[in-house]
Amino acid sequence: MSEATLSRPAAVPQTSASTRSSWFGNPWGKPRFLKVVTWGYIVWSLTPVLIAIAFSFNAGRSRSTWQGFSMRWWYQDPFDSLWTNPALRQAMFQTFRLSILTVLVAVPLGTAFAIGIDRWRGRPANSSNFLMLFSFVMPEIILGVSLLLLFTSLLENFVNLGTTAQVLGLVTFQLSYPVIIVRARLLSIGPEFEEAAMDLGATPTQALRKVLLPMLGPAILASVALVFADSVDNFVTVRYLSAQAPTEPLSVKIYSAARSSPTPAVNAAATVMLIATLSAIAIAWVFYKRVSGNRGEDAGASVTFGEL
Amino acid sequence: MASETVETPKEPPPRAAASGGRRGAWYPRWYWPSFTIPGLIWLVVFFVLPFYVVLSVAFGTVDPLFRLPIPVYQPWWWSFDTFTDTVGRFYEGNRIYLDPLLRTLVYVAVASFICLVLGYAVAYYTARHAGKWRGLVLILLISPLWISYLMRVYAWQSLLQPDGYINDALGIFGIAPITWLAGNPVTVILGLVYGYIPFMILPLFGFLDRIPQSVLEAGRDLGASPYRTFRRITLPMSKPGILAGLVIMSLPMFGDYYTNDLLGTERTSMYGNLVDLAVGTAGQGPEAGALVLILIGLVLVPMLYYLRATRRASEGAA
Repeated sequence: MSEATLSRPAAVPQTSASTRSSWFGNPWGKPRFLKVVTWGYIVWSLTPVLIAIAFSFNAGRSRSTWQGFSMRWWYQDPFDSLWTNPALRQAMFQTFRLSILTVLVAVPLGTAFAIGIDRWRGRPANSSNFLMLFSFVMPEIILGVSLLLLFTSLLENFVNLGTTAQVLGLVTFQLSYPVIIVRARLLSIGPEFEEAAMDLGATPTQALRKVLLPMLGPAILASVALVFADSVDNFVTVRYLSAQAPTEPLSVKIYSAARSSPTPAVNAAATVMLIATLSAIAIAWVFYKRVSGNRGEDAGASVTFGEL
Repeated sequence: MASETVETPKEPPPRAAASGGRRGAWYPRWYWPSFTIPGLIWLVVFFVLPFYVVLSVAFGTVDPLFRLPIPVYQPWWWSFDTFTDTVGRFYEGNRIYLDPLLRTLVYVAVASFICLVLGYAVAYYTARHAGKWRGLVLILLISPLWISYLMRVYAWQSLLQPDGYINDALGIFGIAPITWLAGNPVTVILGLVYGYIPFMILPLFGFLDRIPQSVLEAGRDLGASPYRTFRRITLPMSKPGILAGLVIMSLPMFGDYYTNDLLGTERTSMYGNLVDLAVGTAGQGPEAGALVLILIGLVLVPMLYYLRATRRASEGAA
């Protein structure tokens, strides 16, 4: 598989010309060539990751030559496994600490922001939305470096590098996800339900709490999963804003180890991150389906699950 | 800056009238703005203010003793020496600066082209022909987004080791082991393609999926050849997806330094490596600031284009 998969992208333009006649000749027929490309691409995109997961169970020190199965790098090795190595274990807890704190700040803040700009309208609301979207497309290295300069100069005496700075940076970077998802859901709900509640005597706050928030439930849940998963995977921001080794999460450890001499414990660390993100997304997906019935076709779902 | 944004609501909101104006009667004037203000203040403090600090650092000086950057917050005392020095290095024949920039442009262009061709084929198949497998294919296409980028590059780094599986596989065909990781541009470009292609496929899929079958059938019924149907209907209707994908995929590539750190050497270093190096070196704070400013200048136009396009799309949908 490997040499075929490696050459795949380069091979596409050439082969597409040779099969052009059959595909264009009957666009409603079965395009075998496209099928091969698509499944080949999927194999190419996922096999390296599966191999990396498998190597976390390697018995030897190598991450490229298989030496038998063992749980050595997960917990058995007395010094260097993911669980027994103090640095790696600390990094694992730091990853979860940062992700949970980020969810707790970013999701309420972003949900309120989205409700505000959806109902407020007007130019200031549009400008706020534009600013938020701007933070969404800004390359992360720019945000990371500028926050590092902010925390080491202007806010030097208020924010220390480390967990605080990392959470502040992550929230800034993740804030746009709940805003986009909740806003998409708000657009599909419309104001009628709250108006009905208020016709029946509810105050604005009651209408918001008892009618709108429950209806936003699926979108908020999706935001939680998305922000959590993206914070676990975050690397650029948390690296620049980490203080010393104890505040480096798993992603930074993987980066540093990959540049020196990694053991399969690094593969185990990466696998833990993968399990964390995929289970967050899977749990959210199951609940989302249950809460929103089978009408899951609204924009919030497609944004969350990738079609942005 | 915060006070300015808080004051502006005094202007009459133009869209409120269009939506019937009923809502204005229900809620106190400050009610909805009060939801937005906390997030807005957050963005002003942690998103807008940092850029001012970048300007102040880039146009500031360095403490001669401790090598720490001393930002200058008053624009009238800004010194542009470091900035002009840094810009100057890009065309004064200093290859250490110019090469990474040129390399970045070439790598991003080549990687984007490969992503577009491969991604279009995959998205086209998934949107039009995947049939009963569609749900599964979509999940498999999205799943790389939920796998840490570093893990995915690390996985390739392991496979491309001198004794890795790729060279093992080549050995079966009698091909001598290739040194993939010793500053080979092919490796870095393939790493970029591998890392960022999901961002290309998903917008493409979104737009291709929205083309109604009836439009294509109409084109065929009116006598267009299959090729012409593709060129005149499918391609133009998926153009927003192509542009969105190209922008959303290439923006992070311009700031990428970790792909090269894991798969290349300084012979394949990119613009992101310049920034990262300056950030990590004592006394180069102003230079890091200047490099970030140049990067902002590079990506500003595609960024604004993308924002304008998505705003137009969301207004069209609403």
